[in-house]
Amino acid sequence: MAEEAVLHGVETPEAHGTTDAGERVYVASQWQLMWWRFRKHHLAMAAGIVVVCFYLVALCADFLATTDPELSDAKRSLMPPQRLYWFDGWSLRPHVYAVKGARDPKTFKRVYQVDPTQKIPVHVFAHGFPYKLFGLIPMDRHLLGVGAGHEAAQTLFILGTDVQGRDLWSRLLYATRISVSIGLVGVALSLFLGVLLGGMSGFYGGWVDTLIQRLIEILRSIPTIPLWMGLAAALPRDWSILQMYFAITIIISLLGWTELARVVRGRFLALREEDFVVAARLAGCSQMRIIFVHMVPSFMSHIIAATTLALPAMIISETSLSFLGLGLRPPAVSWGVLLQQAQNVQTVAISPWLMLPAIPVIIAVLAFNFLGDGLRDAADPYGY
Amino acid sequence: MLAYILRRLLIAIGTVWVISVVSFAIIQLPPGDYVTSYIAQLMSTGSLVTQEEAENLRAQYGLDQPIYVQYAKWVWLVLQGNFGVSMEWKRPVTEVIGDRLLLTVLLALTAVIFTWILAIPIGIYSAVRQYSVGDYVFTCMGFIGLAIPNFLLALVIMYLAFAYFGASVGGLFSTEYMDAPWSLARVQDLLKHLWIPAIILSTAGSAHLIRILRANLLDELRKPYVVTARAKGLSELRAILKYPVRVALNPFISTVGYTLPYLVSGSIIVSIVLSLPTVGPLLLKALLAQDMFLAGTIVLLLGVMTVIGTLISDILLIWVDPRIRLEE
Repeated sequence: MAEEAVLHGVETPEAHGTTDAGERVYVASQWQLMWWRFRKHHLAMAAGIVVVCFYLVALCADFLATTDPELSDAKRSLMPPQRLYWFDGWSLRPHVYAVKGARDPKTFKRVYQVDPTQKIPVHVFAHGFPYKLFGLIPMDRHLLGVGAGHEAAQTLFILGTDVQGRDLWSRLLYATRISVSIGLVGVALSLFLGVLLGGMSGFYGGWVDTLIQRLIEILRSIPTIPLWMGLAAALPRDWSILQMYFAITIIISLLGWTELARVVRGRFLALREEDFVVAARLAGCSQMRIIFVHMVPSFMSHIIAATTLALPAMIISETSLSFLGLGLRPPAVSWGVLLQQAQNVQTVAISPWLMLPAIPVIIAVLAFNFLGDGLRDAADPYGY
Repeated sequence: MLAYILRRLLIAIGTVWVISVVSFAIIQLPPGDYVTSYIAQLMSTGSLVTQEEAENLRAQYGLDQPIYVQYAKWVWLVLQGNFGVSMEWKRPVTEVIGDRLLLTVLLALTAVIFTWILAIPIGIYSAVRQYSVGDYVFTCMGFIGLAIPNFLLALVIMYLAFAYFGASVGGLFSTEYMDAPWSLARVQDLLKHLWIPAIILSTAGSAHLIRILRANLLDELRKPYVVTARAKGLSELRAILKYPVRVALNPFISTVGYTLPYLVSGSIIVSIVLSLPTVGPLLLKALLAQDMFLAGTIVLLLGVMTVIGTLISDILLIWVDPRIRLEE
């Protein structure tokens, strides 16, 4: 799909034929050209919006959550998702019904029954558990909450609860925070290594290049998953959430940088012989000026695209490691940690809603891929 | 050409060495050693272990020597084909791994075959009928296939099979063949179970290859030699299959080396989810129990397989594509 978008060429305002617009193309900056081209890629635009939404959710997880994600209660274990009723008679008055739990005397399973006599109104911007928005502003308003006299922690379970009776909706939001940010931190780290080593490799050439290329080749031929598993299993069990978070990030970016280094080296090699670089050299520019003023801006966009494409792999890595119990561990919540509860097919068969955390994983990976594709096409506005 | 192969071979040997160091280091990284976890295990069952007994255990397993001595000893034994004793199973590592490695390779090979069966026709169709409904459908499916991690797909399929057919898709053998010696009936039983994990494993790979094949074939189809072939009166099918497809198939060969080990590596998590008797679940257990020799051997074997796979595809590629030969 991405390939043809390039072949079709960019429909900049020039294509509309007016001289005014044509003029605009000639004086437009490179970033403007890229933006015009990117805008034509509707799928990538949509994916970009989805990605922004994910990060917004990560930022405002406390505001969107209805209950404290750690609040557990054995009396609410494995409650199915609640149905939200929008209308009360003919008026828009969203509400849910209270749920009563009891133990089945034969199977000893907890069964839940809706109590149709007890209507619990659902309000927007309702009061709930206290938190600090962006870690700064103390607040207790939440996007969704229940009316006065009720407590969300006791009554509102949009996506059901897990084995320990914790609200899945709230946990999913907090998990989003960790899962999407771990990708960012990991990519930042790989980017640093990739640009540094790839840049050195491409710029100096010679034995530096050979050495770095062999290193990359060797790293790439090491089977990733066993290596990750081995390294993650080696982490001390008593580390704090924060320590684990960074350790896992380092592990997954340890191998991730090779692809970025390859891209950077390739760009450096290609650009070294370009006319404008030769011209800059002949004009007497210093080496630093050539690199940072002439070369870097022209491959910046490629790096951004490569970075975006590297993100989904990071997210999947973290999810798989945590799913195996080798990555982040409770009380940290990530998509992988949540999916750990769905490891057993019997559990899933009885409470299929435990599989729900798989959906954001898939959506996030798709969105990052489409966005990265669009960015890669837009990255070279002079290409076709 | 010989120089090229020789250089590749040298890189392969270097890689194997790095892998051996890495796999040994991984096992040394966790604080404490096998004896620590063994003692913890004994304590939890209520028996007491004295300091002296612990030291004796360490000496017995050679854990009291410096790390480089332990490494050298390990490499020396590995070169002789002796992979040591699994401390957890109290049996030689080769015996513990046994059939599992064979089944892992078999699973990966089946997945490669499925990948090609899916990717080649779909890739050709998508390129020849560019922008048709079928092309869009396959592209869409391909993206979804890429986005769903294999282990999630395994979970979903397991759930669907369990919820709607009441069948369990886990395992590679029926119960009656689980521990039976190899026989024709057992092989048949294996083939009956093998295809589900193989398809699960092949989805991401096929999606990737379809995209590469489609892009490559689109480039080739626009070249003048295709027009010449058509002008000479070749049938459309022949004009496409005989020349451009052959060129576009290059990535299949250059990726076969990566595909196989990638699948072996990817099969680890899928095997754990589906509880397949491959090396995957064994590796996870060994790592969690700090069973050094077993975990080290599995990582080493998987690494060596990767290197051999890469080497084979490098050699295949220069054999198939003369352009690479001429560059040398």
